[in-house]
Amino acid sequence: MATVVSRPKLSLLERSYFPAILGGLWITIKHFVKMTFGQTKVTMQYPEQKWDSAMPEWYRGAPTLVRDEHGRERCVACQLCEFICPPRAITIKPGELPEKDKWAKVEKYPRAFDIDMIRCIYCGLCEEVCPEQAIFLRKDYSITGLTRAEMVHDKEKLYELGGVMNGLVHKWNEKK
Amino acid sequence: MPSLDLFLQPEIFLAWTSALKTVVILGIVLTMVAYSVWAERKVSAFIQDRIGPNRVGWAGLIQPIADGVKLLLKENFVPAGVNKFYFSIAPSLAMVPAILVLAVLPFGSTLFGVPMVIADLDIGVLWVFAVSSLGVYGIVLAGWASNSKYPFLGGIRSSSQMISYELSLGLSVIPVFMITGTLNLGEIVQYQVDNGWMVFPAWLQSGAGPLEITTDSGAMFGLSLEKSLLWIPMMISFVVFMIAMFAETNRVPFDLPEAEQELVGGYHTEYSSMRFALFFLGEYAAMIAGAGFIVTLFLGGWSLPFIPDGSQGWVWGLINIGVFFAKVAAIIFFFLWVRWTLPRFRFDQLMKLGWYVFFEVALVNIFITAGILAYLKS
Repeated sequence: MATVVSRPKLSLLERSYFPAILGGLWITIKHFVKMTFGQTKVTMQYPEQKWDSAMPEWYRGAPTLVRDEHGRERCVACQLCEFICPPRAITIKPGELPEKDKWAKVEKYPRAFDIDMIRCIYCGLCEEVCPEQAIFLRKDYSITGLTRAEMVHDKEKLYELGGVMNGLVHKWNEKK
Repeated sequence: MPSLDLFLQPEIFLAWTSALKTVVILGIVLTMVAYSVWAERKVSAFIQDRIGPNRVGWAGLIQPIADGVKLLLKENFVPAGVNKFYFSIAPSLAMVPAILVLAVLPFGSTLFGVPMVIADLDIGVLWVFAVSSLGVYGIVLAGWASNSKYPFLGGIRSSSQMISYELSLGLSVIPVFMITGTLNLGEIVQYQVDNGWMVFPAWLQSGAGPLEITTDSGAMFGLSLEKSLLWIPMMISFVVFMIAMFAETNRVPFDLPEAEQELVGGYHTEYSSMRFALFFLGEYAAMIAGAGFIVTLFLGGWSLPFIPDGSQGWVWGLINIGVFFAKVAAIIFFFLWVRWTLPRFRFDQLMKLGWYVFFEVALVNIFITAGILAYLKS
């Protein structure tokens, strides 16, 4: 059965196109004027504006190393994160703390701590496995570089990104 | 000073002032071309609730220069199998007519007694029609020489579009000549200075109307019976001419030769680098020339009511030039506005519109004008 679509009967004015054309022009000029006077919401201008303020505390961005409020580096070079890292992005070279050091009873510290950000998958297992609360995933998500070497975060860069973390457990303090 | 006398000899004076005017007008128009591309992108963005170019310079104002540099540095690729000679000259053929039209447009009154038109031809309008329709050769040759099916279709569409629209374009301006009695564009503007603009004849230098108000400068505001009767055919002329101009300059809704969705890029699909840019610039230059032509014929050219012409001082001469280009810019904005409002016509619809509607309307309009003129004379 053929379906008959009944077409609406257009008046002479409607068939002249003019009312429709003028209606269309009216719609577009409204958009133009609203945009000109800044009344239209537009896309966020990304590199200048960012969502950072809206990001939650637990955001899983780039992994970083942190210091505590005493300025001590938390990492004791146990290498658990290195072993658990699924894409093997972390490389640690452990070193021994000198006996005169204030924190000598910690015994070890990382001589080098590299995270290859090309490999990192931001899974957060390093943070989860760390017994020392030394490695945290912070809010940096836009990690860019022009070379592969630039994409490897060394110890210095990791501390720079991590900064100081307050309210951690201090199990290496004198009285403990 | 003998050297100064040499410059003031009539022939030499004409030569150097014409050369100066040519350089200045080319500079202005090419800048306008570059910035109408910027305006196109900005207007389209604003109409679609976007921001548009905003990276290169404030509000993207240096974008045209960046685009130009990019196009200059690109490889000028010539595909195998094209007709090299016609392939190379086609872009220039698209650009040159648009620029040539500018020669007869009166873009100002006078500046230091020099008329602000490069060539004050008595057949100005015929020159515009003769030259601007040559622009289609560039498109047809590009389509044909590319040896590729999409450009070929674009070229064919362009030529058949031209024959459907050139007729109503020509016929729709005949009422203007019947009223003004001249083909000289400068004199047409002068008529509008004295008798009100063609599309809005509401002020008169002299004449008796029922609604007239006299101002201090002697110009009068009012609408006489004569004016209001002639207004009807003038409005019809204006609408038909405007729509035909859209088709002539390949603007949406009549951009069939370069319909991107159907023909990839139309006639310039195979072009790259500066050759492509020439097509692009030619199209926008044709738009500016067409807008200038509309302004000259119907919107009073460089005149603004109650503003004196250049004979009253060079400041007024400069203001007249500014007024002309402001009006051209307004018409170009209208072109852009329409582009981002209306969808493209189908090809048979365009032919039908050209041959069945506008041709007849323009033809009947001539007789209406003749009837009104005969009635007013008796």
